[in-house]
Amino acid sequence: MTGKNAVLAGGFTEPVFGSQSVFRQLMDGMARPGTIQTIETDVGQPEPLGAAAGAVALTVCDHDTPVWLSAALAKSAAGEWIGFHAGAPMTREKAEARFAFIEAGAALASLGLFSPGTQEYPDRSTTLIIEVSGFGEGQAMSLSGPGILEARKVSIAGLPEIFPRLWADNHALFPRGVDAILTAGRQLMCLPRTTRITTSA
Amino acid sequence: MESARPIEPQAAQALQQPQTGEGRRRAASLLARATRLELEKAWALLPKQPAVKPVRGPETGLVMVRGRIGGGGTPFNLGEATVTRATIMLDSGTAGHAHALGTDREKARLAAIFDALSQEADSHAFVERELLGPVAARIATEDKVKAEEAAATRVDFFTMVRGDN
Amino acid sequence: MYVAVKGGEAAINNAHRLLADRRRGDRSLPSITIEQVVEQLGLSVDRVMAEASLYDRSLAALAVRQSRGDLIEAIFLLRAYRTTLPRFGSSVPIDTANMTIERRVSATYKDMPGGQLLGPTFDYTHRLLDPSLLTDEEVDVAARRPEGEDAMMRISDILAHEGLIEPDSAPDDGEPAGDLTREPMEFPMNRDLRLQALARGDEGFLLALGYSTQRGYGRNHPFVGEIRIGEVEVELDVPELGFAVSLGTIRITECQMVNQFKGSSKAPPQFTRGYGLVFGQSERKAMSMSLVDRALRAGELGEDVTAPAQDEEFVISHADNVQATGFVEHLKLPHYVDFQAELGLVRKMRADIEKARNESMDNKEAAE
Repeated sequence: MTGKNAVLAGGFTEPVFGSQSVFRQLMDGMARPGTIQTIETDVGQPEPLGAAAGAVALTVCDHDTPVWLSAALAKSAAGEWIGFHAGAPMTREKAEARFAFIEAGAALASLGLFSPGTQEYPDRSTTLIIEVSGFGEGQAMSLSGPGILEARKVSIAGLPEIFPRLWADNHALFPRGVDAILTAGRQLMCLPRTTRITTSA
Repeated sequence: MESARPIEPQAAQALQQPQTGEGRRRAASLLARATRLELEKAWALLPKQPAVKPVRGPETGLVMVRGRIGGGGTPFNLGEATVTRATIMLDSGTAGHAHALGTDREKARLAAIFDALSQEADSHAFVERELLGPVAARIATEDKVKAEEAAATRVDFFTMVRGDN
Repeated sequence: MYVAVKGGEAAINNAHRLLADRRRGDRSLPSITIEQVVEQLGLSVDRVMAEASLYDRSLAALAVRQSRGDLIEAIFLLRAYRTTLPRFGSSVPIDTANMTIERRVSATYKDMPGGQLLGPTFDYTHRLLDPSLLTDEEVDVAARRPEGEDAMMRISDILAHEGLIEPDSAPDDGEPAGDLTREPMEFPMNRDLRLQALARGDEGFLLALGYSTQRGYGRNHPFVGEIRIGEVEVELDVPELGFAVSLGTIRITECQMVNQFKGSSKAPPQFTRGYGLVFGQSERKAMSMSLVDRALRAGELGEDVTAPAQDEEFVISHADNVQATGFVEHLKLPHYVDFQAELGLVRKMRADIEKARNESMDNKEAAE
């Protein structure tokens, strides 16, 4: 398939039902941080975008949501693909982005440049979609906060080591702050800004 | 598919450069203004109707129409218009896009097919001859009639000349 | 306090049935078609499109029919419909200098390039009811005459040659225009947002405000520089094609109001301008809009803000008839509990006054 046709390929077969079901999973995931949702729909996203990340992109992005892509994604057909299927414009400014997609293994120095929203409109923040290598393995963490009874143990492989520290800084901004969706292939796990991460040293 | 009818000069010119930006722009504009009936007629006339795969749509959405402050200044949002668009792919892998005001999905789907066909060397002349040419001619006639009807309401002032000269 | 109230379901269903019945009216008459509304009640359709802020003749006509000709209800229906659709993008700004013109008049210049085209206007009709329309009489086709050679130059461009009129703002296409359908309104607002609000504002409200400026409440000495009605092409940049494509044409009305301006500490004496641009054919709306646009520029031009039409928050907050009708008409919905509370309060206040009066009488008697 040529590069141009990779952009046109894929998409939800049933746009309304497809996006509704993924949205439902995202909503459940945000309501119960740390739980794992599995996306069944195939959206034919271009590499290196993961299956869940691709489905999330088509569900939440539209003409009014500028999207920022990390280096390897920006070089791929992902931007044009999201543009064609979801209508979202790309931006190079992290602060302008409503959604930011970050490929597996990309360096994550700080969350500070993404928009945390404003005190009046904390919803005008960036949501990060970060690809990791897997759930149920790797670094063990304990999550707590709204939507979690006491604590939830999770383990995530391939999350930048610095992430728990960045997340603590983010948590301190409340009600402002970014939200995150971690994706690994077809699976996803949500981390709203209200969730606290404790790493067992 | 090449019939005995001579190709009009405009079509012949377009035939030489089926994929240039200007040619596609013109084709897209004419396809947007083609009526559903015109598209259906051309579809029925096709010597061989191609297999078509839907890629996106047909779907209806909105385009925010922008004006300019004072007519020539900074843009502002005037209001939205319904637009229906479609993207299809022919078996050959050629993609066709269509966008038109209104909510007619079948029209958008057919227009996207003809956009793809107009890019292919085999069918380009057919699309030009059976669809784009006639649509362009119809629009030109309609525009001329409207302009002449408006011109008939132009005021001719009769000025009385007074004085010695 | 809110109390859950159930009931009325059958009544509501039957009310809908009655509405449908009354909408259909006398069954011995043919029912009206959408095409008939589009073709024969075109100016109602235009008003609905303009104030619903959605250009689609067929859907607007459907709304007019569904609302039994109640235009504000039709506007409401079309506004509700537009919220169900995704937005594909923003058009390239339309080029009104390049319209297919059907009507074009100026009150400032008699002889101008392209001339005065009256178009399909009511202006010179006698406003006598026409009995020929009682029946289905044959109507003559429009007269035709070869087109003139001259381009339809904008009147503002003619005045601009002398430098006596303020120029258009330098077209700044970098900043995206504000969009009140996406961001909450905040005051003060820029002119782009005001024009969007006025373009979808209620025609009657803007007409009254425009009229008020003429009667002295924020007078701004207007002349109609130019009104033009016609069709203009709408183009959309399509990323997958890499160029802008035409989506077709829409009909619009544009009004350039030229206002005398004696100058202020901020600007020299010159003509200033108010601008009106409306979907469809509606010069009353476009003219009113340009009067109000000019009035709302009082602050920017260093004029005193003294009149309602110059008060941005007042004008913009009350121009939208869907919002206005929602808030006014909500008063008819059940307020049983609120009213009971008020009733209790009034009774108590009455009782308190009565008691106080009796006590003071007692005290008076005791004192005597």
